[in-house]
Amino acid sequence: MANIISDETIEYVGILAKLELSEEEKEAAKKDMGRMLDYIDKLGELDTEGVEPMSHVFAVQNVFREDVVTNGDMREEMLQNAPGEKDGMFMVPRTFE
Amino acid sequence: MAKQYETVIGLEVHVELATKTKIFCGCSTAFGGAPNTHTCPVCTGMPGSLPVLNKKVLEYAVAVGLATNCTITRYCKFDRKNYFYPDNPQNYQISQLYLPICRDGGVEIETAAGKKTVGIHEIHMEEDAGKLIHDEWEDCSLVDYNRSGVPLIEIVSEPDMRSAEEVIAYLEKLRMMIQYLGASDCKLQEGSMRADVNLSVREAGAAGFGTRTEMKNLNSFRAITNAIEGERERQIELLEAGKKVVQETRRWDDAKGESYAMRSKEDAQDYRYFPDPDLVPVAVSDEWLAQIKAAQPEFRTEKMARYQAEYDIPDYDIEIITASKRMADLFEETVKLCGQPKKVSNWLMGETLRLLKEKGMEPEDIRFSPEHLAGLIRLTDEKAINSTVAKEVFEMMFEEDIDPEKYVEEKGLKTVSDEGALRRAVEDVISANPKSVEDYRNGKEKAIGFLVGQTMKAMKGKAEPGMVNRLLKELL
Repeated sequence: MANIISDETIEYVGILAKLELSEEEKEAAKKDMGRMLDYIDKLGELDTEGVEPMSHVFAVQNVFREDVVTNGDMREEMLQNAPGEKDGMFMVPRTFE
Repeated sequence: MAKQYETVIGLEVHVELATKTKIFCGCSTAFGGAPNTHTCPVCTGMPGSLPVLNKKVLEYAVAVGLATNCTITRYCKFDRKNYFYPDNPQNYQISQLYLPICRDGGVEIETAAGKKTVGIHEIHMEEDAGKLIHDEWEDCSLVDYNRSGVPLIEIVSEPDMRSAEEVIAYLEKLRMMIQYLGASDCKLQEGSMRADVNLSVREAGAAGFGTRTEMKNLNSFRAITNAIEGERERQIELLEAGKKVVQETRRWDDAKGESYAMRSKEDAQDYRYFPDPDLVPVAVSDEWLAQIKAAQPEFRTEKMARYQAEYDIPDYDIEIITASKRMADLFEETVKLCGQPKKVSNWLMGETLRLLKEKGMEPEDIRFSPEHLAGLIRLTDEKAINSTVAKEVFEMMFEEDIDPEKYVEEKGLKTVSDEGALRRAVEDVISANPKSVEDYRNGKEKAIGFLVGQTMKAMKGKAEPGMVNRLLKELL
């Protein structure tokens, strides 16, 4: 494996992804990530000189909506997806800045 | 000698666009709906939902870019800005990093020191987040996603401003242009225009920049001015004490007049931007750009020139009225109805501005209609009410947009033009106030003022002062 993931990197990725990993899981994740990066490196071998970076898989552009209200009150449906509900709002764990 | 410091300021201004629907779904953007009644799978971030760009958002963004002399990015796209916070249901905000819609513009501002140009680094389109409410009772947080997906543009300036005065001039210029375009109502108090201030200080003459901080929660021009002055002082004190300024986001508390470092939205500020695969790129064709250009409204300079040619009102009035799109629209519509530019201007420049100032309101908050203002002017023209009553009626119109003609009728405020009734009132006043009458007859001209006042009081203010004067002189 050409790419070695350091302990600091896996710690940092864990923080970003809001994941708490056990020591075992960390080792496994380090290996997986290394393999993924090796695979990506393979793509680096291609000559992409003069090729525009692709921004979308399909050759489609300019797909728009007109500015017209099409949705009604779907609160009851939407709240069925909520982890909890109170006063018509989504209830989530206490969060503050 | 104490060191001289220079303040360097750049702004990030978020403006909520005046579209009827959200940026990527057909939910209404109407303000004040019951929580979550304007939501759907797209704006609550449900897996499998597909965002589609609202065409009007792009057109407004391009219109603002053109008005601020930007280069329009002819091929632009959207990116995901990743962060975890419950007001953001997708765990990413759809924004633009790599190819923002507008770049490299600038607006000219004027302060006491003269004119200067403030550069605009870029303008990008993005979506607003939901609203978090903290529930002390249940010890949890509650989220309302009605604002989630409301379209915003973020206007990022260059660090070209050096004082609070320049910052306010820049914001007022932006606000006026955007209001003229109809792209937003730009109300700071209601959050449809929000400014984050990036500020650093450096020794006068230094070439590089100092470390900057970003200040948030500024919802009035006054708060912005206070925050700039407070932060400048704070940074200078740190430097003078040999300490370093830490690059951080701070929250301004205008009541306390101080700022404090905010807890960051996550432990690490690493947004890991990448192109949003759900949204296709946008290509702005020559024809489309030409269409948006052609649809640009008359801006202030053109409007001022037209007013000078069309209306017989002083240049000073023109300057004040055209400073706000709302005022200018109200002026033109009322003049169309009553054909009296000077009288309309007097009501706007006098009572309207006075009441706005007194109540701390903006011209955009004006509630009375052109029809009602024209009606009030008609009442005064016909001498159906005198000027004191007219001002009272105007205050009611300002408060509740009442119909002045109906109101005057219902409250019986019409001037008494029945000379007989007035004559009787004057006679009563004369016999009740022998002292003043004697003073007047002995040459104290001023005594008549008291008698006019007494007559007006007896008539409950509903008399024509000219007529009262004439009758008094006649009977004395």
